[in-house]
Amino acid sequence: MRFVRKKLVQLLVVMLCVTFFSFLLLELLPGDTATTLCAGAGGTECIEQKTAEFHLNDPMPVRYVRWLGGVVTGDFGSSARNAQPVSEALKQRLPVTIELLLYSQFLALIIAVPVGLIAAQRSGSLFDRGSTGVLFLFLAIPNFMLALVLILIFPVRLKLLNAVGYTPFTENPFKSLGSLLLPAITLAAAEMATYMRLLRTDLIATMQEDYITMAKAKGMSPRHILLRHAFKPSSFSLITVIGLNFGRLIGGTLLVEVIFSINGLGKYTVDGILGRDYIPVQGAIVVIALGYVLVNFAVDMIYAALDPRIRHARALV
Amino acid sequence: MPVPSSDSPGVVPSKSSIFAGSGDLATEIGRMSDGSAHELNNLGALDSDEDGRSAKKRLGPVFWVAAGWFILVALAALLAPVLPLKSYTAPSAFIRKPPSAQFWFGTDTIGRDIFSRVVWGGRVSLAVAFASITFGVIVGGTIGIVSGYFRGRIETLLMGFCDVLLSFPALLLALSIVAFRGDQRDLLTISLAIGVVSIAPVARLVRANTLVYSQREFVTAARSLGARRGRIIVKEILPNVIFPVLSFSIIAIGLAIVAEGGLAFLGQSVQPPTPTWGGMISDGRNYLSNAPWISLMPCLILFLTVLALNLAGDRIREYFDIKDND
Repeated sequence: MRFVRKKLVQLLVVMLCVTFFSFLLLELLPGDTATTLCAGAGGTECIEQKTAEFHLNDPMPVRYVRWLGGVVTGDFGSSARNAQPVSEALKQRLPVTIELLLYSQFLALIIAVPVGLIAAQRSGSLFDRGSTGVLFLFLAIPNFMLALVLILIFPVRLKLLNAVGYTPFTENPFKSLGSLLLPAITLAAAEMATYMRLLRTDLIATMQEDYITMAKAKGMSPRHILLRHAFKPSSFSLITVIGLNFGRLIGGTLLVEVIFSINGLGKYTVDGILGRDYIPVQGAIVVIALGYVLVNFAVDMIYAALDPRIRHARALV
Repeated sequence: MPVPSSDSPGVVPSKSSIFAGSGDLATEIGRMSDGSAHELNNLGALDSDEDGRSAKKRLGPVFWVAAGWFILVALAALLAPVLPLKSYTAPSAFIRKPPSAQFWFGTDTIGRDIFSRVVWGGRVSLAVAFASITFGVIVGGTIGIVSGYFRGRIETLLMGFCDVLLSFPALLLALSIVAFRGDQRDLLTISLAIGVVSIAPVARLVRANTLVYSQREFVTAARSLGARRGRIIVKEILPNVIFPVLSFSIIAIGLAIVAEGGLAFLGQSVQPPTPTWGGMISDGRNYLSNAPWISLMPCLILFLTVLALNLAGDRIREYFDIKDND
């Protein structure tokens, strides 16, 4: 329990730091809410009025605390461009990004785990070398390139799937998964290589352990040993990295969302920065950071559950 | 049961910092944090991790092919002004012509020769990549070596700074820096944007290596001989941490090229008509159905170059990896 509490406190501190620094960062950027609101219409008068309305003349820490107070009560402010409340926009867009994330991780894993298992079982074989080579190639493909190639092959040449757009999962799950298939593959490609290598390396290390030799000596089948004895202890780093990727990708789907015109969190953030509309960006960063931190927390918990030594280790944090 | 990180300290990045590994797939620069250093390590260990005692260390043919390709691209980029290339800015009547003997890579929507644009674009893309990584290595390297050697409060402060940098999605950070520079989207701005993103990963790598080397006997020896701190850092530690940084920055240059492409896709890279690979790829994406070569040709060159850098950097890392000798 002390472990959990310590992690929670750490989580809170991290959140405060991230939000504070993102506030500071956005502060340094040119333009502010008032000038964005008054673009086109009004003049200095309008700017003065809006500046007063949003308390833009207050010192930055004061505004940060005020903003933070709002966030805690669920009020993220509203976009300066279309007056849409940020919390509402986040509610619409977060599920899209999460679906995309889950989907891509799922695709990456259903390829990476079997390939990793077989490659470890027959390390040094043609399959092992071949799969490693192909996945290394995947890792070098920039995701915008993969996106273009996929668009070229499926929607353009084969007239399959749509290049852009998104159908909500609640509306039609089947269509929804179809609409996100290409972006999900794009995101999954690089992850696949990482996961497969990680699993393979750890499995090979585990297979050197004494208890595996013991199992072999007892005459268990190689498949049984691989799946029942070696797989679980070898999946620790995989779980960690999946967790980390998950957190990382919450902010990392940005480019893919822009290319495939998916109205997710990433696109929301980019639109905000490019449109000099910083209140939404600030809100999105909170969600991204929170997601990242929570996933890390979850990974630590899973880790502790899988390996009791972690719960009692001192020098972890 | 093996502790997961038994053979590779980078496996559990979340343990060293809750921010570790944060970044952005889009630019992949975030991968350069310790989490990814491990990935790369893993991938680097392709042929040596079973036997682990490859008799003689050689760079191997893969390295030379990769290095050859990169040198070719770099030479073309350097010599672009003196090469007999068609104009890369002047439009012509040959609009959207597919690759042919006359136009090796075809022509774009206003009839410019894509081959010469790829060569000139390479000039810009490579310049941005080199400049940004040089910046990242100098700033990040200094941060890393100082915090790794002096430890204490200064380490907490500097590494905290890196954690904050890492906690932003990389592309978002780069975008903010471009926005910060206003509408001046020149080489300097883009290099700076990508360079800042690369600070934290380099700093972590250098710090980790500095930590190891400052415990070594030769450093203790130098200290007991009365060497000043500055001398120890420059003469004893720097020469040792420079090799991992070198192989890392080769890979990082590839990532920076990709990062430029990412910015270009958001319309935030170097202003047209200056060609960059990313800009060209992005420009052609609306013509995928009837003129795919506009995007695909620069794409192919970019991919091969990044792949070559990955392979070469990987080989070099392996070549200089002292641990493998044990």
